[in-house]
Amino acid sequence: MGEKPNQANPNSASAIAAAPAGSKSSDLLSRHFSIRSLKLKTKEQELLLRVTVLCLVYVLAFITRLFSVLRYESMIHEFDPYFNYRTTLFLTEKGFYEFWNWFDSESWYPLGRIIGGTLYPGLMVTAALIYWTLKVLRFAVHIREVCVLTAPFFASNTTLVAYFFGKEIWDSGAGLVAAALIAICPGYISRSVAGSYDNEGVAIFALLFTFYLFVKAVNTGSLAWSLASAFGYFYMVSAWGGYVFIINLIPLYVLVLLITGRYSMRLYVAYNCMYILGMLLAMQIRFVGFQHVQSGEHMAAMGVFFLLQVFYFLDWVKHQLNDTKLFQAFLRITVTSAVVVGTVALGVGTASGYISPWTGRFYSLLDPTYAKDHIPIIASVSEHQPTAWSSFMFDFQILLFLFPAGLYFCFKRLTDATIFIVMYGLTSMYFAGVMVRLILVATPAVCLISAIAVSATIKNLTQVLRAKPKIVHSGFSKGGSSAKTSSKGSLDQSQPFGKNGAIALLFGAFYLLSKYATHCTWVTSEAYSSPSIVLAARGAHGNRVIFDDYREAYFWLRQNTPPDAKVMSWWDYGYQITAMGNRTVIVDNNTWNNTHIATVGRAMSSYEDEAYEIMVSLDVGYVLVVFGGVTGYSSDDINKFLWMVRIGGGVFPVIKEPDYLVNGDYRVDKGAAPKMLNCLMYKLSYYRFGELTTEYGKPPGYDRARGVEIGNKDIKLEYLEEAFTTSNWIVRIYKVKPPKNRW
Amino acid sequence: MKLIRLALPIWSLVLLCVLHASSSQEIQIVNAERRIDLSSHIVKVFLTLKIENTGTSPVSDVLLAFPPTQANHLALLKAQAATGKRKKKTFTFLDVYPAELPEGPNGTKYFSISLHSKLGAGEVVTLEVLYMLTHSLDPFPEEISQSESQLVYYRDSAILLSPYQVKQQITFIKTPSSKIESFSMVEPTNRAGAELKYGPYENRSPHSYSPVIIHFENNNPFAVVEELVREIEISHWGSIQITEQYKLAHAGARHKGVFSRVEYQSRPGHSGISSFRHLLARLPPRVHSVYYRDEIGNISSSHLRLDSKKSELEFEPRYPLFGGWKATFVIGYGLPLEDFLFELPDGKRYLNFSFGCPLVETVVNKLTVKVVLPEGSLDPSVDVPFPVEQYLEKKYSYLDVVGRTVVVLEKNNVVPEHNSPFQVYYHFNPIFMLAEPIMLTTTFFLLFITCVAYLHIDLSISK
Repeated sequence: MGEKPNQANPNSASAIAAAPAGSKSSDLLSRHFSIRSLKLKTKEQELLLRVTVLCLVYVLAFITRLFSVLRYESMIHEFDPYFNYRTTLFLTEKGFYEFWNWFDSESWYPLGRIIGGTLYPGLMVTAALIYWTLKVLRFAVHIREVCVLTAPFFASNTTLVAYFFGKEIWDSGAGLVAAALIAICPGYISRSVAGSYDNEGVAIFALLFTFYLFVKAVNTGSLAWSLASAFGYFYMVSAWGGYVFIINLIPLYVLVLLITGRYSMRLYVAYNCMYILGMLLAMQIRFVGFQHVQSGEHMAAMGVFFLLQVFYFLDWVKHQLNDTKLFQAFLRITVTSAVVVGTVALGVGTASGYISPWTGRFYSLLDPTYAKDHIPIIASVSEHQPTAWSSFMFDFQILLFLFPAGLYFCFKRLTDATIFIVMYGLTSMYFAGVMVRLILVATPAVCLISAIAVSATIKNLTQVLRAKPKIVHSGFSKGGSSAKTSSKGSLDQSQPFGKNGAIALLFGAFYLLSKYATHCTWVTSEAYSSPSIVLAARGAHGNRVIFDDYREAYFWLRQNTPPDAKVMSWWDYGYQITAMGNRTVIVDNNTWNNTHIATVGRAMSSYEDEAYEIMVSLDVGYVLVVFGGVTGYSSDDINKFLWMVRIGGGVFPVIKEPDYLVNGDYRVDKGAAPKMLNCLMYKLSYYRFGELTTEYGKPPGYDRARGVEIGNKDIKLEYLEEAFTTSNWIVRIYKVKPPKNRW
Repeated sequence: MKLIRLALPIWSLVLLCVLHASSSQEIQIVNAERRIDLSSHIVKVFLTLKIENTGTSPVSDVLLAFPPTQANHLALLKAQAATGKRKKKTFTFLDVYPAELPEGPNGTKYFSISLHSKLGAGEVVTLEVLYMLTHSLDPFPEEISQSESQLVYYRDSAILLSPYQVKQQITFIKTPSSKIESFSMVEPTNRAGAELKYGPYENRSPHSYSPVIIHFENNNPFAVVEELVREIEISHWGSIQITEQYKLAHAGARHKGVFSRVEYQSRPGHSGISSFRHLLARLPPRVHSVYYRDEIGNISSSHLRLDSKKSELEFEPRYPLFGGWKATFVIGYGLPLEDFLFELPDGKRYLNFSFGCPLVETVVNKLTVKVVLPEGSLDPSVDVPFPVEQYLEKKYSYLDVVGRTVVVLEKNNVVPEHNSPFQVYYHFNPIFMLAEPIMLTTTFFLLFITCVAYLHIDLSISK
């Protein structure tokens, strides 16, 4: 039923993907002719052109994210989005107050979770508002469709913000290029394809918007803009924990401006208003609460706030005194006392416990090896790993080379705005190197800076082309006054090349940009558009085989187990089980209680009788394991098992990692460690697997995910029984037998 | 001749009327032959009665009696009168009404067949009655494991329950296979393969009853739709959109203990034979944009076969259904409007659509049919060939202002034989079709006007 769009749309999407980046100038030429006949003024022509390009980019950003909907279906992807979807559903059904006060007893059994106080509600409220608006306008859409398309919609909005931001820091040309680059940049697409209903989807929009408004406020010194940026910040706080980046980057930026002697009244107004109001607004989010005045991560902003007051005070004193010598003395005393007071306050606050120390995640950002040694639960998440060079290349492609070029242009024309974007670019690039998922934060900066490089280069080249031999200042139609200084400088350099060189370089630039467009489309379609709930593979005859085992199992749980059954599984699947299976789970992806997770890890790595005691004490009715041995699906529980051992062993020293290894090797075949062959996870994964022939020419019990014949084929279960196994064995569910009668 | 089928005891309150006239002793049944088909989970009974009027005055009604357990499970009751000789028989359908008889023993329920022409004294008529019982096979043992097959009980009477004297009668019971564990003996009783024969019995007095119980194997899918909501949305732009929400259950013996995928995959003939995974829905021809999904997304295991007479949708639930397991899903499809919507000479339009559930061999416990008429349609009326509950609702769909009228029809205990057409009549002025396009164009027009105006207005204070 879904075949037709499958074939038609990727082509059209890629065709359009190539359009704005590559054919902008050809569009420009052809439009010039048609528009000339309409007799529009140059200014109107330019407006029309800009609006058209922006509209195209807006649409492009949306449709390039729809691959997954066309290939699979309109569905929620991955793990965390399922929680967001579930809460959004609750919000739309029960209303805001119920949502705000929601105590969820379906997760973290028996502890439960106070949802309203432990989540960033921005995403859910946004989706619910969109949904309610559509409902009022009588568009009969399902909330799921709204959730699926929220991320692409906000990605489209981000392109608009990128345009205005680019316009603010450089010129409207750079803004347009930035919009086009960010629309298809894989680093951003990875978190904003249709169905990826996660906080980041709206947060990147909020982040860039806040930055834009703040830069605008600094540039204008207007209270209105800085008020707007405070509200932008509020939205960001409500949407994502990454707001910490804003509240640290902006003070850092202010500090740099202070040090470089760029202090101005504009900066004072912008920062004070934004900080105070932003802080007060952010406190309204329950999950953040008083952290702005109490947590170590937010102290930099407060320090800079006080520093700014000192600066202002000094400025005023200097103005009053009119005596350099006296002022120098005064300055020394004031600065010393301010620093002393600040240090003492911080020291007392930390010592008394009023100011909380930095969290583990924050430490692991500053020291990438920290998590590996201290917090296995953070290190076990693949998106928290340090970034490989290949993934930089994968996500940025030519932007990786344009980025330094853009930095060069920024340094050549230092303004308050370019200093900001340079700082944003450099810090976020560092963080992107520390954690894979933070490439996302770096993407807008990289796109903006690269856009400056592209725009400045192309502009210089076209000026060479259009310049009459004698007159130098003829071809400045678009740039306006702000671009004149730089273009004058570069024009001088490009004189010796001549027109032919410029043409060659232009073609080179367009070639690169079109390569970028094809690369982005390819990456989007190949890597970032699979929902990971439904797995697709190529069959023997080249046909597409769908493995829908996850939903099969979750739906079975939903329909055929008692409504109050508790399901134990590794925490990865917690959100999906509660959202799709509608059953209570012991642990889920909101890893707030390490001990509880360690208890599950301990149960999975113990012998069956020991595990049974743990499970009975937790009231577990069903155990769910993910097993890829039949299909060759490699991210299953056996491959994650060492993390369970590590996390379990971190809390319960009974569990020792070496017991599961043989000479430091992790194996499941005959040579595996005896404890490994008899632990609960091994038994549940391989129960009756020894009777099954998975591959032609291999012995029965051949594990295709690990490529070995399993070591323990005769598995007997005493306290559990097989309740359900999906058609491709990917999910196996076991029922915990009730305790036997005791005499 | 209008065909009337009868199902609901509810209706009996309305139609208390007909009874009184026929005194039961004036009629006797000369010959009764009953054929009970137990091969699926819907029990089909074919009853042939040869009736003679032994009284003096003509009779117009003949009574049928059911024990209360059967009456509660009675889904369908049809009667027809046969005239003519063997080869050249002609049948005329007769009306059947629920009836109440004060002297009925032990809560016996009665239905009255009203004959077409009065049966004069001494005259003989042959009636053929078909009735269907649902939920009448009780699994025993109630819980079975994966490797066992399903055994069920069927309870009935060896002697036809009737308010009349029965001179001669015989009952045949057909089971799905020859595996019959046990059966009650009421001499003479014979068993030949998959068929049991009770009788012939001679001269039984009115209201004789002789309970029998048959315990036999029945591995046919006990597919029961606990609730089905069919929504038929009419768009005068050329299509009918149907959405069917199913709550399906396996109503046979409950599954007990382990479900082993190894055994289910490697020994399909022996393991879980009472379970089922394939379902077949017969849809109208020229069906398009079919989808099959549930609360958590699309289900990929379905095939659609199209031909000019009918469309067949073969699909599987996400997992095989064992006894007691449930599955919910939604099937939706579109149909061309011209196949189902017609216009009467007086300008009234009517929808002609089939009532029941398109799934083959399933029982629907509660069926709700909602016909969503286009916005602006007036005074709807319904013509259904059997009694249903009906009321009106409002629904708001895309860009609706006043809402669409929804005709809701409800019926319990529906079997595939209820798949007969019903009609919904309504008035509709085609001008309402243009309301939504006009609204949209106006909105966009205003939007552009605002943009143009904004670009031409200079609001700055300082020049």
